[in-house]
Amino acid sequence: MIRALAIIALLWPCAVSAEDRRTGYDDMSPALQLLQDDPMNPGVFWVLDGERLWAEPAGEAEQSCADCHVEAGASMQGVAARYPAWDEALSTPVDLSGRIGLCQTRYQGLAEAGDRSHPDRLALLAYVTHQSRGLPITPDPDPRLAPARAEGEALFFTRMGQLNLSCAQCHDDNAGGHLAAARIPEAHPTGYPQYRLEWETLGTLDRRLAGCMTGVRAEPFAPGSAQTVALELYLKSRASGLAMESLPIRP
Amino acid sequence: MAVLINIPETAAPGEIVAIKILIQHPMETGFRTGSDGALVPRDIIETVVCLYRGEEVFRADLFPAVAANPFLGFHLRAEETGEVAFVWTDIVGATSREFRTLTVA
Repeated sequence: MIRALAIIALLWPCAVSAEDRRTGYDDMSPALQLLQDDPMNPGVFWVLDGERLWAEPAGEAEQSCADCHVEAGASMQGVAARYPAWDEALSTPVDLSGRIGLCQTRYQGLAEAGDRSHPDRLALLAYVTHQSRGLPITPDPDPRLAPARAEGEALFFTRMGQLNLSCAQCHDDNAGGHLAAARIPEAHPTGYPQYRLEWETLGTLDRRLAGCMTGVRAEPFAPGSAQTVALELYLKSRASGLAMESLPIRP
Repeated sequence: MAVLINIPETAAPGEIVAIKILIQHPMETGFRTGSDGALVPRDIIETVVCLYRGEEVFRADLFPAVAANPFLGFHLRAEETGEVAFVWTDIVGATSREFRTLTVA
């Protein structure tokens, strides 16, 4: 009986309080933390590619990002920590990768924005995100984002897939526990795009969400869909105040 | 394909210096299938060589099990000022070279 109680006590979900949030970085092994902190972190290649693309004219307009935004270090500082944000023309929230795609079609004159998983798009995303490294996540206070954020919260608690699990069942109720050998993180999006050793490349939050959804045998949301942006809005407000990482490494 | 090399610019005579090299490369194993079901052709770096003042001081053979963006670290004894050359060759025979100068004083 005492043993049973002890096991229940061990398995009892630990509440996540605002003061005691742990990021994926906190839960990594010291070796991986060292790799992330090393200037020779493999994700740096995407930041360097992004820095080059930032100044490279593209599209029919022959415009580069730098032609409008000049110095990324100044103009893009804190942008990744704030996104997703409201887009006036589309009247919908867009995430940072979506914003880069919109800039490419609207101002650079590309017929269509490249695929979200295209190395160039990822490189620009990594470069822009890199300008927010160490800054606290500060969700956009625009009231028009509230309905999408609420939808994201509802999705977080919605059971889905053949395993009939919600995000919250792992990442709230059992965060800090283990799923096989992997530690279950609290799902704070402090480090996206991230270089994941399992992927052997850089990937976005879309891809991470698709991985979780495939895991519970659900049909993943399409990259950049309204649902993924809504989830990101909720996750960012949940992680508000945590420092942005760049460039993050994850196992 | 970009490369990051970490090597001190100067060293004392006889000093053991640490060298780190990170090469951007997919290291495609040749065992994976693409979305069309066909095998993705193998694309790996086969050898990485370091020459110090023309003399080979480090050589590594890489295999399909090595992860993408290989990261190698090794040491050499700084003796005289000279060029440190890094040469790596991939499976189709394309060779890349990078050079750094190590000043010994």
